[in-house]
This record gives sequence, C-alpha cells and structure tokens, in this order.
Amino acid sequence: MNDMTPTSAERAAKLEGMGCKRKRVEDIRFVQGKGNYVDDVKLLGMLYGDLVRSPHGHARVTKIDTAKAAAVPGVVAVLTADVLKTVNLAWMPTLAGDVQMVLADGKVLFQNQEVAFVVAESREAAADAVELVEVEYEPLPVNVDPLKAMSDGAPMIREDLKDKTDGAHGKRKHYNHIFSWQAGDKAAADAAFDKADVKIKEFIVYPRVHPCPLETCQCVASFDKIRGELTLWGTFQAPHVIRTVGSLISKIPEHKIHVISPDIGGGFGNKVGAYSGYICAIVASIVTGRPVKWTEDRIENLSTTAFARDFHMDVEIACTKDGRVTGLRCYTIADHGAFDACANATKWPAGLFSILSGSYDFPAAYCLVDGVYTNKAPGGVAYRCSFRVTEAAYCIERAMDIMAQKLGMDAAEFRMKNLIRREQFPYTSAFGWQYDSGDYQTALKKAMETTNYKTLRDEQKGKREAFKRGETRELMGIGVAFFTEIVGAGPSRACDILGIAMFDSAEIRIHPTGSGICRLGTKSQGQGHETTYAQIIATELGLPADNITVEEGNTDTAPYGLGTYGSRSTPVSGAATAMACRKIKAKAQMIAAYMLEVHDDDLEWDVDRFRVKGNPERFKTVTELAWAAYHEVPPGMEPGLEAINYYDPPNFTFPYGAYICVVDIDVDTGQVKVRRFYALDDCGTRINPMIIEGQIHGGLTEAFGIAMGQEIHYDDDGNVTTASFMDYFLPTAVETPHWETDWTEVPSPHHPIGAKGVGESPNVGGVPCFSNAVNDAFAFLGSTHIQMPHDHWRVWTAAEKLGLHA
Amino acid sequence: MAKSQVAMKVNGKAVEALVEPRTLLIHFLREQLSLTGAHIGCETSHCGACTVDLDGKSVKSCTMFAVQANGADIRTIEGMANPDGTLHALQEGFREMHGLQCGFCTPGMITRAFRLLQENNNPSEEEIRFGIAGNLCRCTGYQNIVKAIQYAAAKLNGMPFKEAAE
Repeated sequence: MNDMTPTSAERAAKLEGMGCKRKRVEDIRFVQGKGNYVDDVKLLGMLYGDLVRSPHGHARVTKIDTAKAAAVPGVVAVLTADVLKTVNLAWMPTLAGDVQMVLADGKVLFQNQEVAFVVAESREAAADAVELVEVEYEPLPVNVDPLKAMSDGAPMIREDLKDKTDGAHGKRKHYNHIFSWQAGDKAAADAAFDKADVKIKEFIVYPRVHPCPLETCQCVASFDKIRGELTLWGTFQAPHVIRTVGSLISKIPEHKIHVISPDIGGGFGNKVGAYSGYICAIVASIVTGRPVKWTEDRIENLSTTAFARDFHMDVEIACTKDGRVTGLRCYTIADHGAFDACANATKWPAGLFSILSGSYDFPAAYCLVDGVYTNKAPGGVAYRCSFRVTEAAYCIERAMDIMAQKLGMDAAEFRMKNLIRREQFPYTSAFGWQYDSGDYQTALKKAMETTNYKTLRDEQKGKREAFKRGETRELMGIGVAFFTEIVGAGPSRACDILGIAMFDSAEIRIHPTGSGICRLGTKSQGQGHETTYAQIIATELGLPADNITVEEGNTDTAPYGLGTYGSRSTPVSGAATAMACRKIKAKAQMIAAYMLEVHDDDLEWDVDRFRVKGNPERFKTVTELAWAAYHEVPPGMEPGLEAINYYDPPNFTFPYGAYICVVDIDVDTGQVKVRRFYALDDCGTRINPMIIEGQIHGGLTEAFGIAMGQEIHYDDDGNVTTASFMDYFLPTAVETPHWETDWTEVPSPHHPIGAKGVGESPNVGGVPCFSNAVNDAFAFLGSTHIQMPHDHWRVWTAAEKLGLHA
Repeated sequence: MAKSQVAMKVNGKAVEALVEPRTLLIHFLREQLSLTGAHIGCETSHCGACTVDLDGKSVKSCTMFAVQANGADIRTIEGMANPDGTLHALQEGFREMHGLQCGFCTPGMITRAFRLLQENNNPSEEEIRFGIAGNLCRCTGYQNIVKAIQYAAAKLNGMPFKEAAE
C-alpha cells in the first residue's frame, strides 16, 4: 500500500455503478447498423408468409378458394382455418382467458382479421398470391360503439359464446358482455356521496390508441422435423411466456421449443401478446419443413396486433365545500374488441385500474368495469403503462381539475390539499393498495416553484381579461397533473399470467478473472438493460460495469421470467439482480475470511473489496476473490462464483410525479402550442440518470401524441380509418415540444436497491397534463371537459361550441 | 419474372446484380447485399427508418425500386464510419448524447443527419428539427437527437460542443 492507492470514492467512480450516467453498451452496434432485429434473421431455405385479411368489419365467410393463389409460381402452401383444424389450431387461447380465431372460422369479426396465410419463396410471390385468394363474404350488421354493445338487438359478435352464461370473471349480462369487475366499497362510497357538499360527474373517454413501435411485430419459425424441435425468433417482450403458451397450444414439449428475442425495435406493450401471424408461421414451418418468416406491415400493425385504452369512464367525486375529497365512484365500459385478448395479470380483467384514487387521500371509493365485445380489433394492452394505469390516471387527474373548477379553487392548491401526506406512508388506499413510499407535497411544491406557477396564473388571468376585451384571440392553458403509478407486477399472491406467478429472475456467473455474465428473464426493447443491470452489479459486487455482459431473450440460456412491460424490469429483475449479487458476495466474503485468516464477521465491505475491520490494508478485492473461487476455496466449499435469484416482490412499487404544462391556443385555428412542459419524476433510487431522462423524454413524446392527435378510429361500417402514418399521428421532431426534467428521490422501502421503475411514468402523467392544459384554457368560459385527442379540428370545434367564433 | 441488371456504387464499392423490376431498393440492400442497417418501418415513406444517402440526397429506400438506383452512388449506415474504422462524429454524438434507445430508427436518422450537415454545417435547433422531420423516432422524444447532431456539427467544425442548458 502506498499513497497512490485510490480512495473509496475514486474506486467507486471507476466501477460506473448505480447513479452513473454511463454511456450505453448497446449503442456501439446500433449506431453502426449492426443491431440484430428479427427481420435481419435470414435462414437457408426460408419462406415468407403473408396474410389475407377481411375487408369487412363483420361478415359470414361462406367460401374460401385458394386454388388460384396456390398456383402462383413460388407459392408453397396456403393455410386456412380448415387446414389449422387438422392440427387443432384454428383457435388459440388468449392471455385473458378467452379464445381467439387464428384464421377466420365461419365469420370475420373485425376489419383486417386474418383469413388465410400464404407461404411463398419470396415476399413478392406471397403478396401476389394474397390477392388471388378468393373469399366470399355475407356482410352482417356491425357495431363499433361499446356503449351500444349491451343494448337490445345489438349485433351478436361472438356466436361461439352464445350459450356461455359465465365469462372468465363471473356471470355475463348480455351476449356481448365479457366481464364485470369491481373494487372498493360501494356502500361507503355511496354514503360519502349522500353527505357530500359538492359533487361532480363527468363522462371521460380515453380513445383507442396504438403503441406503434417503429418495428412492427414479426417472427421466424423454424421447425426441425428430425429432432421435433421448434426455434422461434420473434419480437417478443416476454419470450418465456411465448414458449410456455406455444407449448400448451402446439403440444410441442416445452424443452423442444427455443424462443429467441433478438434486438427489438421498441415494444411499448405491442409485443407482449401472441398473434395469429406467429401461430401461422409455426404451423407453416411444420407443414413445409422449412423456416417461415412473417413480417407485419404498418397497416397490419395499427389495425390488428394490439390496441390500447378504449375506456369509457363515468367518474364522480364527492367533496366538502372547503375542498377535501370524500368519495370517488367510477363506472367504466371497456371495449375489448372482438376477442378478449387483453394483456393483463389474469386475476385483473381491468388491470390495475383501481389505482384510480391516484395520489389523493380518498376515504371511500368504488369502481365497476364492464368489458364488452365490439367489431374492432382485439387487444387492450398496457401501452407504455402498467395494466390500465394510464386510463385511471387520466380519469382521476381530469376529474380533480373539474372538481377544482367547481369549487373555484386553483388546480394545484386543490391537489396539494388532498395529496397523501408523507407521514401516511405506507398508505393503504380506499381500493386496498399499499402505497410504498412518497413525499408528494415536496414534489408538487418543487414543480410549482421551478415553473413559477403563481406567476403563470397571474399571466393567465391577464390574458383572459384581454381575451374578454377582444384584444387577443389566444388563450393560455396551464395543466397540472400529479400521478401515482403502480408497477412492478408483481407479487405472486396478486399476479399471475395463466397461472404463472409474475416473479422474475437473474442468474449471474463471475468468471475467474473477475468479469462475468448476467442473464435475465426480462427483455429490453430500447430501455438499455445491457447498460443498467451491469451498473447494479457493479455497485453490488464491486466489479466494473464494463466487465459484465448482460444477456436476455434466449429461453434456452436465460432463467425463466415474465418479460418486460408494466415497468417491471427494474422493480422485479433489478431486485433479482441485486439479490443474486448478495448471494455471490456472501460466498466471496467467506473466501476472503479464509484467505485473510479471520472470522467472516471481522471483515467489512469497501466498494470493491472485503477488508479487515480496523486494518484496512489487509483486504481482498472481488477480482482476487473471483480467482480464488476457482482455485483455493475453503475446505468443504463448492468451487465457483455464481448465483441465481427468482424474485417474488413483496409489493408493487409506486413511482409518482408532478407535471406542469403551459399551452397557448389560437381559438380561430385550434392550434395548440406547447410553450413549456416540466416533468418532475420520483422513481426511487436512480440507476442511470441519463437513461431515466431519455425515457422521460420518450414517454412524454408518446403522451403528447396521444393527447394531441392519436385515435384508432372506426367508421360505422367497421372500417378502420386511421391505420397508416397518413392518418395516425406520430409526432415528428417539429411538433415535439422541448422537455424539462427534474426529480426527487424517495426510495422504495421494500426493494433491495430502492428503485421503482420509470419508463412508463411520463406516459401516465403526460397525457392528463396535456389534456388538463387544453381544458384549462377554456375552463373560464364554463367548459368542463373536452374529449381527447386535442387536435386542431377538435380544439377549433370546442371553441366553436363555446361561441368563440361569433 | 424477368430480371434486370443493375450496377451501382454502395459504400464506395462497385456492385452489380440481377433484380426483379419490382424489387424495392430497401429489399435489395437488406436481402441481396446483406446490408441490414437500414430498416423497414412503414413502407410508405413516412418513418424514414430506411433512409439512405443516394447521389447526395437523403432517400427513403422503401419507396424506390432497385432498378431506379442503377448507376447511383449510395451510402448506408454501414459506410458511415471513418476510413480508419473510428466512428463518424454523428455516430459518436448519438452515443454521447443518448440520441437513441431501441436503435431501430438510428441508422436512418444518422444517415439523414449526415446529409443535413453536408447541406448546412452549423444548423440551429429549429433547422435540425425541420431537417429530420421525415424520420420518426418513438423512443427518444428527439431532444437528445438534436443534441447529438449539434455535437457532431461542432466536432466536424473543430469547435467545442456546449450542451445547451436545460
């Protein structure tokens, strides 16, 4: 030892552990075009699949003639439901406990539904043959309106369920009814409303939108007849779930299915489910004995594989006259489309919607959700949110504004008064959730101070007066949102998917020279897992992050996991990573004690080494201990240095944030300019602030798209009118506002490293903040709620209805 | 279907091949030349994931036939690094400024930014945002892409990069 020995802080900095703005490992390949996405997979003899789709929203299929298609040069096979029936795969189970047609069986229930699958030597030949499959349809009455789904005489969507009296979650009320689900205490909520000084009620629609990652859903299926084994490359956010479900559906033993998720070009919930194209590609590979690639185009992506939201919410708040909330009620109609292919934990048909009481101390609350079938695409995925949390956050945040307006109170002041207080944590909500930690008032106060909130309100007051005097045609809106998420699904007592508890896993092997590999059950789609998991290990084990390879997505090598969605990677697999590290560290400590000839308890941890207490010059670094683990372990100890952890979280985590947005609206054009957007997030312990900020930028941009222009729209005949980038708004760099990010840091008390997850927070909080800003602009004119999306036309229409163009 | 002979220069190398007249340039690059850096995101010219540089212009290779590129000089992301193998300033900038997440738009975005900087070596933020409006990104919110391009512009101009204050 000499004076040149780096200090603990210097050594810690070199590790690039937690808290470091470590540059991303993934980027080296991505910036050189050397990522490996599914469409880059090219196998010898590979065929291409393409789908024939229904032009009708609802019709009987009376005849399918594939002769002309089969005769196209290069066409190898054409699959229809009749072919799939021979292998019992015409229908498949959904994650929500329903069944879904893989290919149209007797009728089609939504436009662009899969009808036949053509397999050919080239993409072009497959596309030619798709045009030549002759399908005869008899159109049926269509219903795309969930509010009419349970009316008398509504078209029966699911004839296959005609005699089914029980849904997956209780009695069915109507032939188009899927489930009823309730939470909270109805009697207590009703009592609160009976006694309330002030009440509001509003019908709030969260339109149908689509996650729309830039890479569509795709797969390559390769069945080896000799070995009876299936290898499936795919854009899967949850590769192990695909393997298990694939085995259950196909009867191929699970150990003979190899699922590989390579690099994924964004997921946002779109790539959780199992889709017809995957099943068809698998069957086609079995039938032809050759690998089959299936690639969605953009229209197929927007109109068939997964939608999100489509929640129609009647919400009520009860309040005292001095502005203290006393009760919350909400009745929701959830449009799940033609098949209930919603991706939720199985026990929660409306997901975690009962986070509806948000960040506020409601003494009583109740909600009821009815799911219905319509002639629209199936899905209901968690688009950049934990199951249905976005819908809940939007609903409560809009409703709080409407109540503040009725009370004549400032939106921020009303929230401040009702936020759960720091001393109430852990806090049990009226819906029964145990919120883990938070300091809400401090967050909101910081947001208000940083944005000079009071000054903004003064400016707005002046502008409103000027508007009334006719001096300006511009309205200023200030949006405030305070959201609480519930993420990290989840505790096995509460969460499973088809019976598989929603734990997750990490397996770490430290090599003799002090580097290592960590394999996990999650799967990055851009979140930067290869970078951040290594940072957790760096801090926990004292090895440089650069020495750790992080690998996900291969079900043969990765430990079982439920995948990446619902902000669960950090809360669940991040915890598993830390716990696996701690097992390794405990073994390393025993080896160190043996080598230093002291008792285990005489050692203390110092960044990257165990040292003898009171004698810091006697130590063993983890790198030295790694070598020793393969070379001189204590007598009786197994050699090697590795560990695996399956982490079943004791609770969800509850990230939160305070967002403030300022907009200026031209009432004559309906144009909304976002002047400022400030986002304060608290995601507990921050692993990589650079990646956190990046995720917040991205989530806010997706929120901006949803709030300001997105809707998957159907006309009355069941035609989807917004299934391309001509019609479906994705923000470009020009429209996208500048984002200001900020944070507080209240760790989760039950998580090994205190981290809560962040990727979805900005989408959850961003949408209500934008919508509140637009609504706030018109509030002084008596408007209470304008439905999203707030595009120019709808904003102009709102102004027109308020008589502002007279 | 009868095939046509095409000859072009791709990333500085002469390429000759037979293609169907209907083969799209992006499929030709990805499948015949195995240059899988440029991606397909929409097939309708909206998203820009397939952007390549062709005769000094940014081109969306999903809506151009390979035969139309006969005689052209094309640069893709695979030809972006410096001749000595080090990363181009844009590639470096995207990593330094966290201008990418899933990486799917990145090759097209960098290729587009390359042409933008050829046309305007010191663009303002507004000019950058307008200049990349034909390239969609679903992950980053563009803010760090703007910084990445500013970083590259500064580096190529031999100027120190000052990250704009938040």
